[in-house]
Order: sequence, then structure tokens, then C-alpha cells
Amino acid sequence: MDKLSCDSPLNAAEKRTEVPPTHNSRREFLRAAAASSGLAILSGECVSEAARASTDKVAELVLPPATKAVTPFKVRVPEAALDDLKRRLAMTRWPNKETVGDWSQGVPLQKAQMLVAYWRDKYDWRRFEARINAFPQYRTQIDGVGIHFIHVRSPQQNAMPIILTHGWPGSVVEFMEVIGPLSDPTRYGGSAEDAFHVVVPSLPGFAFSDKPVETGWEVNRIARAWATLMARLGYERWVAQGGDWGAGVTHALAHQRPRGLIAAHVNWQFVFPEKLPANPTPVERKAIDRATLFLNDQSGYFREQGTRPQTIGYPLADSAAGQALWIYEKFQSWTDNHGNPEDELSVDAMLDDISLYWFTDTAASSARIYWENTRAGMAGFSGGRIELPMAASVFPHEIFCPPKAWAEALWPNLFYWNEVDKGGHFAAFEQPKIFTEELRKAFRSRRG
Amino acid sequence: MTLPLSTPPAAPETISRRGVLLAAAGLGAVGMAAAACSEQESAASKSTQIVLLPATDAVADFKLSIPAGAIDDLKTRLAMTRWPDKETVGDWSEGVPLEKMKALADYWRSTYDMHRLEERLNGFPQFRTQIDGLGIHFLHVKAKHPSAVPMIMTHGWPGSVVEFLKVLRPLTDPTAHGGKADEAFHVVAPSLPGFGFSDKPAERGWGLPRIATAWAVLMKRLGYGSYVAQGGDWGAGVTTWMAKQHVEGLKAIHLNLPILFPPPLQGEPTPEEKAALGQLVAFGDTGNAYARIQGTRPETLGFSLADTPVGQAAWIYEKLVTWADPKDAPGLSNDEMLDNIMVYWLTNSGASSARLYFESFTTDFSRQELDIPVAVTVFPGEAYKPPKVWGERTYSKLVYWNETGQGGHFAAFEQPDLFVAELRKSLARFR
Repeated sequence: MDKLSCDSPLNAAEKRTEVPPTHNSRREFLRAAAASSGLAILSGECVSEAARASTDKVAELVLPPATKAVTPFKVRVPEAALDDLKRRLAMTRWPNKETVGDWSQGVPLQKAQMLVAYWRDKYDWRRFEARINAFPQYRTQIDGVGIHFIHVRSPQQNAMPIILTHGWPGSVVEFMEVIGPLSDPTRYGGSAEDAFHVVVPSLPGFAFSDKPVETGWEVNRIARAWATLMARLGYERWVAQGGDWGAGVTHALAHQRPRGLIAAHVNWQFVFPEKLPANPTPVERKAIDRATLFLNDQSGYFREQGTRPQTIGYPLADSAAGQALWIYEKFQSWTDNHGNPEDELSVDAMLDDISLYWFTDTAASSARIYWENTRAGMAGFSGGRIELPMAASVFPHEIFCPPKAWAEALWPNLFYWNEVDKGGHFAAFEQPKIFTEELRKAFRSRRG
Repeated sequence: MTLPLSTPPAAPETISRRGVLLAAAGLGAVGMAAAACSEQESAASKSTQIVLLPATDAVADFKLSIPAGAIDDLKTRLAMTRWPDKETVGDWSEGVPLEKMKALADYWRSTYDMHRLEERLNGFPQFRTQIDGLGIHFLHVKAKHPSAVPMIMTHGWPGSVVEFLKVLRPLTDPTAHGGKADEAFHVVAPSLPGFGFSDKPAERGWGLPRIATAWAVLMKRLGYGSYVAQGGDWGAGVTTWMAKQHVEGLKAIHLNLPILFPPPLQGEPTPEEKAALGQLVAFGDTGNAYARIQGTRPETLGFSLADTPVGQAAWIYEKLVTWADPKDAPGLSNDEMLDNIMVYWLTNSGASSARLYFESFTTDFSRQELDIPVAVTVFPGEAYKPPKVWGERTYSKLVYWNETGQGGHFAAFEQPDLFVAELRKSLARFR
């Protein structure tokens, strides 16, 4: 196969005719393809009066304005928002059942109804709130946008500062199990020399960071903001890590090489060659096949968010069930499981992440990261040549797993490469112990 | 039909329909209210959804009756809408702008006549009949002229039979609408399986070939031994498959979106061909994400569309605006667009309509050479304007090709007069 392709008739048309080859280079094609409320008033009209009352009380989460100062932040979702969520979940109107016996049309109705029932009846947001608030959190304004982040300094004075970046549909929730072991290794069976000062920001438009009101927040701009953040925190020698869009930001940081950044680690590697090998090895073939499957069957969400984030934002902002299932599907598709996401992640953990999207009403603003990067040409599978020392851990159930040779061809200073035996796209979330160990091993050679 | 609020067996204590409805009404916390309103709640529980009577092989009369509970539920949901933040651009490039969406939702809730659709549809004879296991809804308007040409017209997504309401009288009663007696049609306009008041397929297999076959059964059941077919969007796909299958009695077809992709190129493309190819590429790059998600994960998308009227409306409104001819501003009225959106919302068919993409988008909706008479009208606002030479290379009996001065993807909906004139000119001769 000499070309990854999408199977839509329109793209097929383009491929077969070889005419206006707007996307005849591997990279451009990949890019294009990837672009791919309280008590109701009682009255005779039970329903409509309740509705009117609800519009008066918008259960909105209001973030304090950020300044250039680093201001402590605690999460506190108003009770009215919790009530509003329960009410919406109770009135969920369901579509008819899928016409297949598996996940090939998306989340099966019965699985969806079980998740929503659990969210409504058993899930405890206040438990999560206490947990996230146990970490020191802050907001500070960078490049006009208030950025939320967790910042845990290690008790070890010589710890290595690291900035960990999540992706979509992830959040800082993904890293909550690794922050302790990374920052205070001696309490978690590690050694003091492996300690990190840990910075975990929320991407612009995600969670408790501000939602950008103007265009331009693609990965390069986010990377510049991250460099500003690390400098503002006083870190002069630091490393970066990320997966999914966090990997996009981390690749961008590696290209930019801001002052102080000495190395980076990614758990998703954008090292597709510009020209695919004519006779791929079995490992290359598998990576190409997985990427093709992603482009053909799994990238609908990517293309919708990449081209019409506002339109998809309306249903997701208004339907709690819709928002939950838009995300839950990815936990099934991208984690290392035996068919059900619950094999790999607890329902509570998934709902922590989902609830974060819901309460912050960030479906549209988070989807815009696809729109921004698609436009900026930063949504492809090839991140280009990187001179910064790079490290990578490959988790077997990642969307695609590139061979080491591809990384070596683009990263002349590759200093760590390891293929682990468990875990998928949400590496830290799924396999916090393995993830922690990978970062310890990877960065050992960069210390001192 | 399933209960709108069905819940999994996992939580039996919460699945009583009444309990859910009470919570839905926002009254769950108020015990006394529950008692006071229980009678009403009970009535509402039976009527928040349109119930379709089981179809049989007989052709049964159908009238749309929107339950009061469904309208209350819709208004409740509209009033509760939670909005995303505003787009970061000054145009439609991120999708429907927030201000536009709020204006349409406000209009829907406070100004739109919730019984308008009922009145408009019930102004025409409607029926349901079971074909291949599925209840099919259709409008059937007979001309008074005995020599009228029977014609089956098929809508697409995100359209419905609402698209055709303005052309039914002119087509069936030409002498009262500027035409001649020998330009009359008997019109059959079905709702696609999974759309509108047709049943939702519960199993796989309802792609274009099967729908095309069902339409032929329908025409035969109505006693039409010789007829023509018309369609745009998915309707063009169904119509094309009817022609490809040479279904009994089909004499000619008219397409307002000829399925000329992939394009039949021969040699170096001309500038006109290059322009059309460019449109295909542009559509593939930035215009077809809705099709990709509907084609791959219709159920996941369906959860949101089923649960939020504004979400369902936005999903359709974007296409009604951006696929219509931009020269025709202001284009379709809010009332007309909402009539069409109401068909999707009331029947809860976001997921079931999206499944047509899952069934057919990458397989059946592809270029087909045809050897029966084909007529084509290209409306200039359509996102894809194939050159006539592609039609000539694909349709061995291309009997008519015309490009109008106005109109877009929703030809009959946007430009009913032009649309009627095109059918009179192209298909009326097949009697």
C-alpha cells in the first residue's frame, strides 16, 4: 500500500483520479485525513412551570479572573449544578437500540443506560472534588488566558521539574494516580533520586483553564504558554511529557526548545515517515494498518471536532448523557481492555473525567483544539525532525504503535525507547505504575 | 415503540416510569407535588412520544397527531437549554454561530406554532404500509388528470417529506398552478426507513439497494405499473439504485444531485472538470465530517441528538443554511426549517437516520452507470456541480441536463417553482 486513504467516495474519487493533487504528499494527506437549576414552582402546569423556573437559575461554574500572579485555586461546583445534572440525567431521552451486536455503531444502548444510571444514582462528585483539592492547584494568566494547573513540589530539593500534558477526552484526572509517586517516590517504593516536581496544566478550553475567545490556540501557542508557565514557577531546567494532544504540545515544545527544556517524553509518537516504506516490515505494516483503521473507522469525532466544533458543541453542552457517551466510547476504543472499558478503568474514574467536562461546559471549547490544529497543519501523524533529546514509551493498545526505527529516523537524539506490555492511549490513567516507572527510567540519564 | 425514558435493568429502584417523569418534571424533590400532579403525570407518560400504529400489508390512512405531552416536553427541554461558549470566529466556519442558534431556539420555543407541521402534513393524504417488515410512511397525492405520470420522490438527510410540501399541489394540479394538464403527476413521497414516520429498522441491511426494492414494491402496491422516480441527496441514491436494479415499471428518473462520484475522467481534465474535482476535495477536507461520524458511530452521536432539541436542531440547521444557495438569502424561513427539524425531534430519529450513512455511505452511495432515461437538474448552490460530460459518460440515455439560475442542495424546498418547472420539462413526457 502506498497511500493511506479514507474510504469515503469523495476521497476515493480524489485518490483514483490523481487529479488536483491538493494532498499528494504523505504528510498533507495525513493531515487532511486526520483533520481528520432548584425547586420548581408548583402549579397546575407541572412540566412547563418547572421549565420556566429552571431557566432563571443557571447552574454555572464561574472561574475567578486570572492574573499574572499564581493564585491558589480550589474546585467547588455549586450544589445547583449537581441538581441540574441529576435532573437532566433523569430525563434522558434515548435513541433506539443499535442494529449491531457490538460497539461498531458506538456505545451500545444498554451500556449507555448503565453508565448514566450509575452517574445519576451512585457517582459522588464531592468525593472527586475532595481528591483533586488535596493537590495544590493554581490559576495564572498566560498570553491572555487563565491556565489552571496542579503543582506538586517534591520534598526532594534536587527533583527534576516535569510538565505533564493531557489530551482529549482526557484531563488532569488522568495523572492523579501518578503525581504522588512521581513527586514523592520514597513514599511509593521508589528512590529519592527519581523525584520530580510535577506541573499538570489543563489545556486552554479544558476544565478550569479559560476558554479562548479568539482563534490561534494550536499546539505551538500552547507550548509557548507552557514554557512561560515553567519559567514563572522558577524552573530553569525541566522536562516535558504528554500523550494525545499532550503529545502534540510536547512535540511542539521539543521543536521550540524553550530555555530550560532539556528533554521530553511522549507516550504517543508522531514519527510517521514522510514517505511510507515500499515494503513495510511486519511492525511497520501493523502501524500503517492501525493508522488506516483510525482514519477510516475511528476518526469521525476527530473530523467533526476539527471542522464544526461549535455545531457538535450544542448537543454536548445540553445533553449530559450525550457528553458522557461521546467520551465513554473513547475509553472503550482506546484502552487496553477485553471489550469493556471497565476492564481497564473504574466507572468512577471515567465519570471523574466526564464530570469535569460536563460541569465546566467545555465540549465545544475542547473540541476547538482539533479545529485549531487542523487549520494550522498540526494534526498529522508526523511531527517532523526533532533535535531535542527524546524519550518514548510505547503502550501496546495505543491508536498506532510506530516502530523504533521511525523514531530514530526523525529524532537524532532519541535516548530512551521502551515498549511496555500493558496499557493503551490513556497510559497514566490506565497503568499508573508502569507510567511512573517509565518516566523514572527514561529521565534517569538526564539528571545531575 | 420503546418508552422514551427506559432505563437498564441494573437500577430497578429507579426505573418506574412515573418516578422518572416526576424527576423529569423537576418535581422529584417535592412529595406533595407528586401527589397533586399524579394524574397529569400519568397522562403525560403515555403521550410524550408519537406512537405509530403497527403497519400491515394494507395501505392504512395516517394522520399526524402530536401529543400535548410531546410539546410540553419539548418546551421544557428548550427552556432548560445549556449553551456552549461562543465560537471564536466571525462566520460559520466552526459551525452554527451561538447567536444564530439562540435566535432559532427562541423562535422555536416562543413563536413557532407547534401544530404547524401537523396542519401542513395533514393537508395531504398520508399512509403507512408494511414493506419488507418495515412500516413505511408516505404522502400520496393523485392528480385529477387520468394521464398523469406517477412519480416517487425521495428526500435525503437532513431532509424529510417536508421538503416537498410546496411542490405537491403544482405537480399534481398543474392547471391551477401555471402548468398544463399533460404536465400532471401522481406523487408518492415516502419517508426513508429510520426517518420521520416510517419505522426504524431494528436490524442491519437497510441500505440503498434494499430501500430501492421497497420503493418498487410500494409503487406496485399502489397500482402503478409505469412510473418515474426523482431524488436528491440520499433520495438521489435511492433513485439511482432503482434505475440500476431496473425495477419493474420504472421508465425514467430525475436527479438533482447526480451520483457522479468518483468522477468519470478521461484524459486531462478541463477547467470545468477541475473545478468540480476541487469541490469534491474541499467537501472531503472540510465538509463531510457529519457523514463520517454518522457513518461510523451513529449510536454515540445519537445519544446527544435524542436528548436535546437544540442539539438536534443545530445538527440539521447547519446543513439547511450552508447547503442552500447563498445567493438566496434569507433563504428558508425559520418556520420551514423548524417543520423539518420537528420531524426529526418528534420521531426521535437522530440515530436511526444517521444509520443510513453507516449502512450505505461508503458502499452504495457510489458512482453507478445507468442505462434507463436519466434527467438531471444542477442547482447552482449545490456544493458539488458535476459537468454535463460526466453525466454523458455515466448515463447512456441522458435525456435532459439543465443548470438553473438559483437554488441549492434542498432544491424543492428552496426553489419550488423552479423545481416544478424542471420536472415538467424533463419527466412529464414519460407517460
